[in-house]
Amino acid sequence: MVQAINAALRRLPVPAVYLLAAVPGAWLVALAFTGGLGVDPVKRLERELGLLALQFLILGLAVTPLRRLAGISLLRFRRALGLSAFGYVLLHVAVWLALDMQFLWSQIATDLVRRPYITIGMAALALLVPLALTSTDRALRRMGAAAWARMHRLVYPATVTGGLHFVMVVKAWPLEPFLYLAAILALLALRLRRRPALARG
Amino acid sequence: MAERFRPDLRWSDVTPRDAWLSRRRLIAAGGAAAGIALAAPAAARIEAAPSRWSTDERQNSFEDITRYNNFYEFGTGKEDPAANAHRLTTDPWAVVIDGLVDRPGTYDLADVLAGQPMEERIYRLRCVEAWSMVVPWIGFELAGLLSRVGVQPSAKYVAFQTLLRPEEMVGQRSRMIDWPYVEGLRLDEAMHPLTILATGLYGEPMPNQNGAPIRLVVPWKYGFKSIKSIVRISLTADEPPCTWNVLQPGEYGFYANVNPEVDHPRWSQATERRIGDGLLARRRPTLMFNGYAEHVAGLYAGMDLARYY
Repeated sequence: MVQAINAALRRLPVPAVYLLAAVPGAWLVALAFTGGLGVDPVKRLERELGLLALQFLILGLAVTPLRRLAGISLLRFRRALGLSAFGYVLLHVAVWLALDMQFLWSQIATDLVRRPYITIGMAALALLVPLALTSTDRALRRMGAAAWARMHRLVYPATVTGGLHFVMVVKAWPLEPFLYLAAILALLALRLRRRPALARG
Repeated sequence: MAERFRPDLRWSDVTPRDAWLSRRRLIAAGGAAAGIALAAPAAARIEAAPSRWSTDERQNSFEDITRYNNFYEFGTGKEDPAANAHRLTTDPWAVVIDGLVDRPGTYDLADVLAGQPMEERIYRLRCVEAWSMVVPWIGFELAGLLSRVGVQPSAKYVAFQTLLRPEEMVGQRSRMIDWPYVEGLRLDEAMHPLTILATGLYGEPMPNQNGAPIRLVVPWKYGFKSIKSIVRISLTADEPPCTWNVLQPGEYGFYANVNPEVDHPRWSQATERRIGDGLLARRRPTLMFNGYAEHVAGLYAGMDLARYY
């Protein structure tokens, strides 16, 4: 079963994953231009793009535990998952800046400083930028595998921060953001348990 | 205290329902011929007089108003109430009126409405989440009802309560909020002629997701003050608890007056997005007291509105 899945995954070319990852985004844009996003298209677009970013970040975090616990290897696709997540983060921020805040720079600046959920969201973006910039094979070679891997652990705080951003943006305490945060923390906890093994190897 | 508005229109001035319905059909036919969809439903029932308190701003469509709701009793998503509120039974409906009143009791809805002049009030609605709409409510002044039941001199506040019925209100099965939803106004706010109890919109009986069969509308306050599906109105001497204020006191005050200068801790209130203006619409500056300052600012003379937010 696991072998069959891995065999099937080996046949899946990486560019196909990029294409698949772009499908929900393209679908959202199509909906936006055809009035399919409901009464408040701006908020809907902003929210859905943010959720997609979180979902891809979570998928990226799931790669290692899936390999260790289930033997399923998605390693080949991890860069595609990470860059897709980053793409959705950028689109999410772009919609906020352009459609929601409409480049009202003074209000945006105030929000960045005074609204913790925006500050924390921007922090998540800032943590992801160097990871996206060093996502190439060349960057990996230049940095050396150990340093590269160490730096790319920034995805852990970035994802936690993204999850917190979602919890903080909603009113009251609905369940959904906590499910995201729980998934993120669970995937990180799975790594904690393996820390000693990591140190040895 | 603001004067109670007495319309110089009489019921005899109101166009008979048959006449305007047939007129509306004509318009609808013309619209259909021209390929234009009418925003409002064609079969209207409630008759209401126009009001001098109405804004002439462009009204949101019936669809905007009924498909984008914050009514957590039916779920936290904006589209949840439209999907879930059909389960709500609104007939029979009774409202308990108690506390510091001369004639307390359980009033059947028809009795609550008896003798109250129905008006169409086209109000701006500003949500605390920094979006806004324009809604043609049908309703009557809360002051009319309070005068009828007799407010005792010791009463200083009015407390309101929403129906608690988890078997029909699916959102109430979540413990996120300490149901039932409660709200309150100072007595002078409650007696202000802008403050209405609404029983319909766009000439229709109130859609369930908008707070059927009877809800409060206080247009100069953030939307969450305008409590929906009311089953209890109590006159009290002390400031009553309000759901959001109890839940997150640092974010939602008792007064909750629309105020562009006092930000919500998590977002600015300086500007707002008008729902229905589309993907590329400009943000609008938020107006003090949601644009009703000339009528209500006097209620808060001398108060520090940053402290009493």
